[in-house]
Amino acid sequence: MLALDNISKTYKVGTFGGGRLVAVRDVSLEIEPGEVVSLIGESGSGKSTIGRMILRLSPATAGTIRFDGVDISGLKGRRVKEYYRSVQGVFQDPFSSYNPIFKADRVLSLIRDTYFSGMRRAEWNDKVADSLEAVGLNPGDCLSKYPHQLSGGQLQRMLLARALLLDIRILVADEVISMLDASTRVDVLNLLGELKERGLGILFITHDLSLGNYISERAVILRHGSIVEMGATEKVFGNPLHPYTKMLIASVPHLHKKWDQVEREVGAPDALEHVVREERTGEPAAGDDAAPPLKQVDDDHFVALG
Amino acid sequence: MNPVTLNVDNLRVYYRTLRGDVKAVDGVTFQVADGEIMGLAGESGCGKSTLGKSLIRLDGRMRHVDGRVDLDDEALPIDDMKAMDKYRFKKVSIVPQYAMSALNPTRKVGKMIEELLESRGVRFENVRPELERRLSLVGLSLDVLGMYPIELSGGMKQRTVMVLSTLLNPALLIADEITSALDVSTQKAVAETLVEFRDRDYVKSTIVITHDLAILYQIADSILVMYAGRLAEKAPADVIIESPRHPYTRLLISSLPEVGVRYEEKRLTGIPGRPPPLLNPPSGCRFRHRCPLAFEKCVEQPPFVEVEPNHRVACWATAPP
Repeated sequence: MLALDNISKTYKVGTFGGGRLVAVRDVSLEIEPGEVVSLIGESGSGKSTIGRMILRLSPATAGTIRFDGVDISGLKGRRVKEYYRSVQGVFQDPFSSYNPIFKADRVLSLIRDTYFSGMRRAEWNDKVADSLEAVGLNPGDCLSKYPHQLSGGQLQRMLLARALLLDIRILVADEVISMLDASTRVDVLNLLGELKERGLGILFITHDLSLGNYISERAVILRHGSIVEMGATEKVFGNPLHPYTKMLIASVPHLHKKWDQVEREVGAPDALEHVVREERTGEPAAGDDAAPPLKQVDDDHFVALG
Repeated sequence: MNPVTLNVDNLRVYYRTLRGDVKAVDGVTFQVADGEIMGLAGESGCGKSTLGKSLIRLDGRMRHVDGRVDLDDEALPIDDMKAMDKYRFKKVSIVPQYAMSALNPTRKVGKMIEELLESRGVRFENVRPELERRLSLVGLSLDVLGMYPIELSGGMKQRTVMVLSTLLNPALLIADEITSALDVSTQKAVAETLVEFRDRDYVKSTIVITHDLAILYQIADSILVMYAGRLAEKAPADVIIESPRHPYTRLLISSLPEVGVRYEEKRLTGIPGRPPPLLNPPSGCRFRHRCPLAFEKCVEQPPFVEVEPNHRVACWATAPP
């Protein structure tokens, strides 16, 4: 449904824009209906940049993004609006997604102004109530309230409800639950699971491997803008092949297993050594150190091994 | 049992606001033993950072209402800004939540450390060899001393601040959410450094404040769970994770996704509701409105009782006195 084909993003850096920073390098992936694809990477891996390119918030330097076979970079005017009817994003910090001066439900009425201006008030209210219901919010609790009167979980759900008012088919969820408390975050995660069951395709961007593992069908591991490993979640997590993936999995704190035990199980390199080496070498310079092309090692399991 | 380094007795620290007191730390009693790494866990707004801060520096809005704190059998004058100066850095030290911004951006790291030490009456030259040894222990090259903070990555700054905070071998180190802003690999390196520092006696006891129970299970000896300004449960780390007694701890742990747990196979659930406001909190057990086990007795505040050696719980239902 949504296909990224060899997408790259290069930023100009430095005083006169002479330097180049490659944020995303030759990334190809697809999202199908009813599927959660988690995009996992550490800071600076380019995961949010990919989300932003899908949402047309910044253009790709090379490569194409196709939605139902149509290149989205060429969309203009009405067709952009139609694209956003199908593809929406929700971001990390719910508090900064709202204007604190206005009531929180303004994010919903703005959708009405743009997309449903002909709809009758009563009909619209029913629609809002339905979508709030769908994300587990009680309309009485959250309508006509200011953002500071609502909790982070409620605000985040309302943004999801906003996306659901449209007939979205792709949701870009960029670190949507990182800011939420442990006791409420799993409910928002389950909500994504329910949306997936209703046929939505979700790109779940996260740095947290356990969250990505919990919710997604397919996992993509990014490092310095390139995909190092991707495939079915149980294969990537159950049988990690790239040393970087191994190191990540061994570094995640588990609840019932100590680090030493996990390290022995996956045979991962030492985290401190990895971190120090990373700091010494820094970001790969433009043009070099591109990850080797992905090789298929199993049904739906790809690894970049040189 | 090991001798006690830190003894906190019925500590109450409130925030003064125009609408009344916000009871962020409301009657907290616990000990930290010599060589113990104690995790202090809880959700945002439960008072864990306030508790940590009140052991070293009360800011202007915080008011010490009741209770006392003893460190190495000596009372800490926590409400006396000036008298605490004698203890800060030397006896009690902190790695703050935003260690990234704890370094002076206008000074080279080495210069800043020198100025800091000299201002505390310590000759920089005397500790320099030790400083260098510890920097290399955490994987930092000595070039760091000649660099400005902006030249360091987040993890490097975090480790620099950790070395700096523990340079004078404090009896108590408070590490406030030091792993939260880091990548997983850096997080692990930093967390293991805390254990290393304890093992090498750079610090006697450590309080690690975090919302991340999985990190605590990896490095802490014991975990103290706070809820809405009060203590819910304290026990050895594996007991908290494997056989918690307080309903809040149980629900919290069962709501955490883990590598290996999948939505299709096992649907986790959160805890319905939200914590009570700490401005005029309800009487009795503060978790009772979200608690599946709540009964009449819970309108009274449950005592923090020892159910097994080193395992204390505040709950009428699961730990009747």
